[in-house]
Amino acid sequence: MFIEKHLRDFNMKPKVLIFSGYGFQSEEETKLGFELAGANVDIVHINDLIENLYHLSDYQILAFPGGFSYGDDTGSGNAYANKLKNHLWEDMQNFVMKDKLIIGICNGFQVLVNLGFVPAFGSKYGERTVALVHNESSRLICRWVDMKVITNSPWLINMTTFSAPIAHGEGKFYAPADILDKLHKKKLVAIKYTKGNIANYQDYPVNPNGSIDDIAGIIDESGRILGLMPHPERGIFSFQRPDFGFIKESCKRRGEKIPKFSDSIQIFINAVNYFS
Amino acid sequence: MADVFRIGVYSKVFDSRAEVRKQNLHNLGCKNVIDVWLEDIYTLKIKLSSFQLTQIGSSLSNPVTQSFYIQPQNSKKSYRAYNKFSYAIEISFLPGVTDNISHTTKELIEDLLKVKFTNDEDIYSSQITFINGKLNLNEVNYIAESLYNPLIQRASIKSYQQFINDHGMYFVIPKVNLEDLPEVSDINLDVSDSELVIIGKVGIANPDGSRRGPLALDLIFMKEIQRYFEKLDRKPTDIELESLAQTWSEHCKHTIFANPLDEIKDGLFQKYIKGATQEICKKRGKKDFCVSVFSDNSGAIKFGDEFLLTHKVETHNSPSALDPFGGSITGIVGVNRDTIGFGLGAKPIANFYGFCLANPKVDIPLYKGANKTQKMLSSRRIMDGVIEGINAGGNQSGIPTPQGFIYFDERYRGKPLVFAGTVGLIPRKIKGRLSYIKKANPGDYIVMIGGRVGKDGIHGATFSSEALNEKSPVGAVQIGDPITQKKFSDALIREARNMLLYNSITDNGAGGLSCSVSEMAKESGGCRVELEKVPLKYPGLMPWEIWISESQERMTLAVPKFKWDRFSDLMKRRDIEATVIGEFTDSGKCTIFYNKKIIMDIDMQFLHYGLPKRFQKSTNTSKKHKEPTIPMESDLTKSLMSIIGRLNIGSFEFISQQYDHVVLGNSMLGPVQGRGRINADASVIHPIISRSTGVVLSYGLYPSYSDIDTYHMAAASLDTAVRNAVTIGGDPDYLAILDNFCWCSSKDSERLGQLRQSAKACFDYATVYKTPFISGKDSMFNDFSGYNKNGKPIKISIPPTLLITSIGVIKDVTEVVSLDIKFAGDLIYILGDTFEELGGSEYYKMLGEKQNKLFIGNNVPKVNAAKNKKLYEAYFKCIKKRYISAAISVNRGGLGVALAKISMGGMLGIDINVEKLPGKFSRNDFALFSESQGRILVVIAPENKKVFEKVMEGNSFAQIGIATQNEKFIIESFNKRKIIEVEVDKLLNVYRKTFEGF
Repeated sequence: MFIEKHLRDFNMKPKVLIFSGYGFQSEEETKLGFELAGANVDIVHINDLIENLYHLSDYQILAFPGGFSYGDDTGSGNAYANKLKNHLWEDMQNFVMKDKLIIGICNGFQVLVNLGFVPAFGSKYGERTVALVHNESSRLICRWVDMKVITNSPWLINMTTFSAPIAHGEGKFYAPADILDKLHKKKLVAIKYTKGNIANYQDYPVNPNGSIDDIAGIIDESGRILGLMPHPERGIFSFQRPDFGFIKESCKRRGEKIPKFSDSIQIFINAVNYFS
Repeated sequence: MADVFRIGVYSKVFDSRAEVRKQNLHNLGCKNVIDVWLEDIYTLKIKLSSFQLTQIGSSLSNPVTQSFYIQPQNSKKSYRAYNKFSYAIEISFLPGVTDNISHTTKELIEDLLKVKFTNDEDIYSSQITFINGKLNLNEVNYIAESLYNPLIQRASIKSYQQFINDHGMYFVIPKVNLEDLPEVSDINLDVSDSELVIIGKVGIANPDGSRRGPLALDLIFMKEIQRYFEKLDRKPTDIELESLAQTWSEHCKHTIFANPLDEIKDGLFQKYIKGATQEICKKRGKKDFCVSVFSDNSGAIKFGDEFLLTHKVETHNSPSALDPFGGSITGIVGVNRDTIGFGLGAKPIANFYGFCLANPKVDIPLYKGANKTQKMLSSRRIMDGVIEGINAGGNQSGIPTPQGFIYFDERYRGKPLVFAGTVGLIPRKIKGRLSYIKKANPGDYIVMIGGRVGKDGIHGATFSSEALNEKSPVGAVQIGDPITQKKFSDALIREARNMLLYNSITDNGAGGLSCSVSEMAKESGGCRVELEKVPLKYPGLMPWEIWISESQERMTLAVPKFKWDRFSDLMKRRDIEATVIGEFTDSGKCTIFYNKKIIMDIDMQFLHYGLPKRFQKSTNTSKKHKEPTIPMESDLTKSLMSIIGRLNIGSFEFISQQYDHVVLGNSMLGPVQGRGRINADASVIHPIISRSTGVVLSYGLYPSYSDIDTYHMAAASLDTAVRNAVTIGGDPDYLAILDNFCWCSSKDSERLGQLRQSAKACFDYATVYKTPFISGKDSMFNDFSGYNKNGKPIKISIPPTLLITSIGVIKDVTEVVSLDIKFAGDLIYILGDTFEELGGSEYYKMLGEKQNKLFIGNNVPKVNAAKNKKLYEAYFKCIKKRYISAAISVNRGGLGVALAKISMGGMLGIDINVEKLPGKFSRNDFALFSESQGRILVVIAPENKKVFEKVMEGNSFAQIGIATQNEKFIIESFNKRKIIEVEVDKLLNVYRKTFEGF
């Protein structure tokens, strides 16, 4: 239904730029998420931005997708963040000053953290205060997690809990005690891992990587910048869920239709709605 | 100021890498290790100001969690305070080994400081492990050994005192220094046959008498080359000989499968493998779905009207034995290139892996050299390494890994098998042009893109055509660089391909440029290469080395001259090195220049088709094993618990979970299924969201049956690959298969006899199931020749191993079923017959091990293809009608294991009675653990009973039980006597315990 609605609002379609290059992944899944929600999406290589073939100012939403930019060498997200700092810093600064949205997913979150775009206390964009370090197991983990939303952000309207997969090696959220305290006080902790449908179904521990306070995602003070480790774009559809076989059989026996979408698509809908 | 510096980066908060390393050392038995911490080192050889160095240090570290220090060479003070430690061990790369971290760091510095590194400047990464604990030198050496592989790395160790006195570790600059000037030499082949044999076996002689490494050319090949150059009235150059050796290698030409065997003049491949496909495609007529088979880098089938699916499975055994990580990562990124190199370039959409290994929990040392020299890596190291290689390669490339397997047998101790496969997706037409047709035209530029060429991987193709022994070249070891590949993969598949900027493309794998360029030159009719234009990692490579080096992450393309500017501009913007290295021609010759001088000039005809036929003879020796006396097991619960926890059956979720299977969002039924997270033998992906079609992926493999009969081994592998795919919902009428033969001592007539039998089975069964072979690969010399722990010579040959991989198209992806029972009260059926077929079974093996004996037996499972086909088709009708709520194919470990998996999968109990099991057997344990093929365990909702039974009518099947709520796993026999009773979660504990701590 939401799709039809946005198709009707053709003129209201916000433009989304998804960064690509140097090992980013999931650009296409992210694009699909935004498109289903009714946005116009361009996947743009960072070098084409540097060469001014595209301009950040033409877009309302920026997305840094998942992946392994620069192979995680010198720390996940670090080298890509440096490249942004060296070439697109001014454009990025201008972008955040406007009433626009930014999301960083997984590797994109790592980039945002290294860039100092979240949490960016006092709107000091550029100051690194938190980190995403190696998982407790020191190994990549791919599984589904459940999350609860605990703050307000344009990205997270109408969301209380949702589920999505993770696939990361360096997703353990870390912050020094004073920073952590500040994060909580200012309500910048946006998403926490929790025991929900899927963790119950698969009997997985709640916290997949040892993140402090089960933190899965944070925002900046404006709430317009969201960074999170789980991948909402890889869990848009019910068929992608690990409990889909069970859902399907249950629906069949109850004579119900199998739901097409899973709950994390709401993030994309929220982003598009923000501009309509 | 000195121009060599080290930047050390260390964690100031808890570092889980260090903690895990400590745990690993404890697991190795080094219980005295109290604490471990790490320092990442960047050694810079470059002239910079101290301000610039500080800038770099800041860019390389995260101020929230890390600190850094900068230390100039020969400094007389320390730049960082250290807590007391016992020893410091620094692991750095040997010269010339791919160092991805240094690569990234270099880019980072160039971008940051807007400088360019000169030829003389570079960066080298290394890592120091600090260890605190009461350790003696022996223990420290043992620890160091566990941290590095001497073929690619070096370790240096310092005690605390030494470290403090020296103000740190030694500065090591692993720069490649090649002193010799590049030159081309003529090789005298006017020599005795015995000298020809030596040249063929150990390679061309260097001036100092040493040899360049195996050409793997037999005498008859050498004689043919001798004759060719006699006719030309000149000596061959070294590059010509090396080039022929590459192109004619077993690895590239598959001579054992291609050459005549006994009365089979066309060879096994033509008669049984390609022959099967040809017959099937003909029989299918209009329903034929094959598009490109055995001709391109991958095989391709139709996927709807607009797309093609490609698949290819490679083996990377020899390199993995020496450097497991490097061997396996280059295996997976290499087969990714077989996808990117299919047609005009397919997009990789799923990876597949398989490891055949020796028990990692037992270390039996082996040595390549006499007197206990050149120790082989332990089975645990090999296992950890190959797993990590697929992890790094697959995860960093952004390709999901929905399916894979591990299999254990002692005979893989000398040579592990590493299978790596990739499924690709490509539109049938690109801008109106058929995507699977490619042709380099005369006049097109020969363009190499991606990584540069170094000495790594020299003689990889010829090396894998030989058994592993003391003389195996270490230059054959390489490490992958997935990000370089990801960069060109994105640029090619998303952009250049869709703009039709090139006419042809292939990957640089075995044999490097020598194979890729000369293969593509077949399309145009010749080539002209200017070898000095090939970009090198470091100066000083000999022309022949440039030509055959297997340095990774490279593709060769044919770019029309008028498109070069656009192509080159795109590559520049994507930060990919692209170089014109020559031109395709129609001269009929492969001609190479080096600095304007002709150094190779061979007829294309001779290069590709000149290799003489070698007639092979096989013998057929059927072995009769002593029939083992199997004691009556009184406690079958115990038997089930033991078999579930065996290496070949227990959960390997720790692997599935470290391989990203959700990227691309196409995962439908993944590597682990159900509440119990059971490793599944088949997976389903849903690659195009807007279409209802899906893809099913599976495999079959039974090396243990080879001990009895390779014909039935192959039949079982094929049946299993088909049945697994059908069970999860695959259409039995839309399945294609791939073959990977991994054999041993393939020049022995007996081994050839076994090979012939298995190839014949491939034909016999594929033609009944109408499953065409679309691609394959063989690896014929998986033997280890070396010494055991007492220094005695030993030869270990792998059991003849055939991997059959299956890929199928599903019209409606929502029809697929996972293996877990969904609801209590559901009915459980067995389809197919159970016989006393325990020869080569996991159960026999387990019972034998208990008595320290080898229980092989003779009654190997036999496949009745016609009967099974009928059953699978009936079952598929039930899938289409959505009667099935869960299903699992009955494989290794038999019905007992399959029952346990569906029960653990749903975390629901079952009540089973084996009394009415169709088939013939005399004992309960045989009924439960026989590995009879053609069986599927099916779960349905009670209301589907009648309709299900109606569709299945005329086939062998029976309801054997019901799913229950009480979480008890119960199996009864005659007179309702309980033969197994156990809680489901107890089973699950055992199932998950096998690889605890891995």
